Amino acid sequence: MRIRDDKYTPLFQAAAYLFITAAALACLFPFLLILSASFTQNESIIRSGYHLLPLDFSLEGYKTVFRFPEQVLKAYGVTIFTTVTGTALGLFLMTMAGYVLQRKDFKYRNVFSFYIYFTTLFGGGLVPWYIMMTKYLQLTDTYTALIFPGLMTPFLIILMKTFIRSAVPEELFESAKIDGAGDFTIYSRIVLQLSMPGIATVGLFLALHYWNDWFGSSLFINDQSKYQLQFYLYNIVNAMQFIAQMGAGTGVSLGQDMPTESTKMAMAIIVTGPILFLYPFVQRYFVKGLTVGAVKG
Amino acid sequence: MDSHTNAAGSMGPGLRTGPQPRGRGEAVSRTRKKRGIVHELVTNRILFLMLLPTLIFFFINSYIPMVGVYYAFTRFDFGTGLFDAPFVGLENFKFLWTSGVLAKLTLNTLGYNLAFIVLGNGLAILSAVLLSEVKGRWFKKAAQSILFLPYFISFVILSVIVYNVFNYESGFLNTMLKGFGLDPVDVYNTPWMWVPLIILFYLWKNLGYSMVIYLAAITGIPEDYYEAAKIDGANIFQRIWHITIPMLKTTFIVLLLFSIGSIMKGQFDLFYQLVGNNGVLYNATDILDTYVYRSLKVTFDVGMATAAGLYQSLFGFILILSVNAVIRRINDEYALF
Repeated sequence: MRIRDDKYTPLFQAAAYLFITAAALACLFPFLLILSASFTQNESIIRSGYHLLPLDFSLEGYKTVFRFPEQVLKAYGVTIFTTVTGTALGLFLMTMAGYVLQRKDFKYRNVFSFYIYFTTLFGGGLVPWYIMMTKYLQLTDTYTALIFPGLMTPFLIILMKTFIRSAVPEELFESAKIDGAGDFTIYSRIVLQLSMPGIATVGLFLALHYWNDWFGSSLFINDQSKYQLQFYLYNIVNAMQFIAQMGAGTGVSLGQDMPTESTKMAMAIIVTGPILFLYPFVQRYFVKGLTVGAVKG
Repeated sequence: MDSHTNAAGSMGPGLRTGPQPRGRGEAVSRTRKKRGIVHELVTNRILFLMLLPTLIFFFINSYIPMVGVYYAFTRFDFGTGLFDAPFVGLENFKFLWTSGVLAKLTLNTLGYNLAFIVLGNGLAILSAVLLSEVKGRWFKKAAQSILFLPYFISFVILSVIVYNVFNYESGFLNTMLKGFGLDPVDVYNTPWMWVPLIILFYLWKNLGYSMVIYLAAITGIPEDYYEAAKIDGANIFQRIWHITIPMLKTTFIVLLLFSIGSIMKGQFDLFYQLVGNNGVLYNATDILDTYVYRSLKVTFDVGMATAAGLYQSLFGFILILSVNAVIRRINDEYALF
């Protein structure tokens, strides 16, 4: 039997469509602005500002970025390296930790869970951590400094633990043990196979963190050739802003000799490109994993 | 090695004889045989080995720096070692307190985070409810994807976007204003404007993420509840108010507790990338995180920065304990620990 909707329902739905559409436009709008600006002639931006559609189409921004492609490509290389290494290593360690901590026959699991959880309650703060990393561990200008701090977070370990607990039935452990499988074999043959959606989600969180990281470079890297992509962009943006402000202050328009604005935007598109390209593929996993983590968590 | 773990592992089920329920059986065996940590280490040594890297990671990354809070009581510079730095007692804290820095930072940090929590959850619930009532499948999927998009964008890109829209000479906003014959606005020199702007961009970036979590909770509500309400003549507002909203309570409380846990921290990237080292705006935009970072990297006040960081940790810690105690009073189930 189909029950008729009340008279408010169509009205409500119209309002819902309207609200959601407006919110979606607000989310898309800034990207369109950057995209359009990256294809606009620099002079046109300075003269008449940013527009949603390029007033004077030009590729000069992209040309400037790739006039010296080694630096951009180097920064890309650093980011890809830290993202792949960090994600793989972090996933390996966190799935193992999650597996061990959810094992009901592991006596000290609550003690160790609290040991991990406590770090979210209290910490030494940024400065002692920074001094330890630079002065005592001597990690300045190393890739370790970029990879190590982001490997694990308590939140992701808890997510992983919850996921494994809900994905792998308790009886499977018992029967595998009876068949003679060791703890590590159970982990690698059973747990990893059954927790793929959870692993995908945690992996995405990690990859996103490493890809978007600029903080690591800003704290630990002095050698420009080891800058992560985001920090490289950050520096370019600041340098360009500086040049533009110098020009405005002295009355000499330096900005017009160098395509500052369009270059910044082109850089922004180049940096974001891979994520925008991958986004439709990975978004599905993200939603799925979060859903499981939140509902069962 | 494998055979040994196996033998030890199968001892567990062996002890539980008879038809008694499993939970009770375990409890009995534990009281009868009190086993030491050494025995446990040997029995479950593979599990320990698998957990060990994680334990070491948190020891290095989180526990060792806790020793470093000692710097907060010294006049430290990078030349001296940990215990060579001259001890100055509470001087750093006294300075932070009397100069009014601490009060301002606390107020800003708490204020912004409260706004993030209240508005963030409110907007996420609103859009999740609206999206769940919409019929078109294609529209639903597309809207969800687009709203989630900003979450994937780095804060550096966000700063580029904000600069694009709000800079004085060529920003989108001022281009528009000039187009309508209005006066341009100098946003980067107007502190109060950054309060709504920072909140707005926080919402922009995180709406999709929290909406998805609420949407998942709504999807889990059995359809019959709504059918029954419809038969009883409830209109759409009554259905949302009496079914959907109460069913979101658990999700809301879990998210709330998570965010209260980090109420003294958080969103450093957002503030730093939007405002940077623009001193004009500090009164309205400086939070503990940005202050500490600046003291470390720009002004090199190491002792002061450590003091501010320790204050942040302690204040946050006490806050969480109090909130937890209150929740425990009201409803034990929701307490964090």
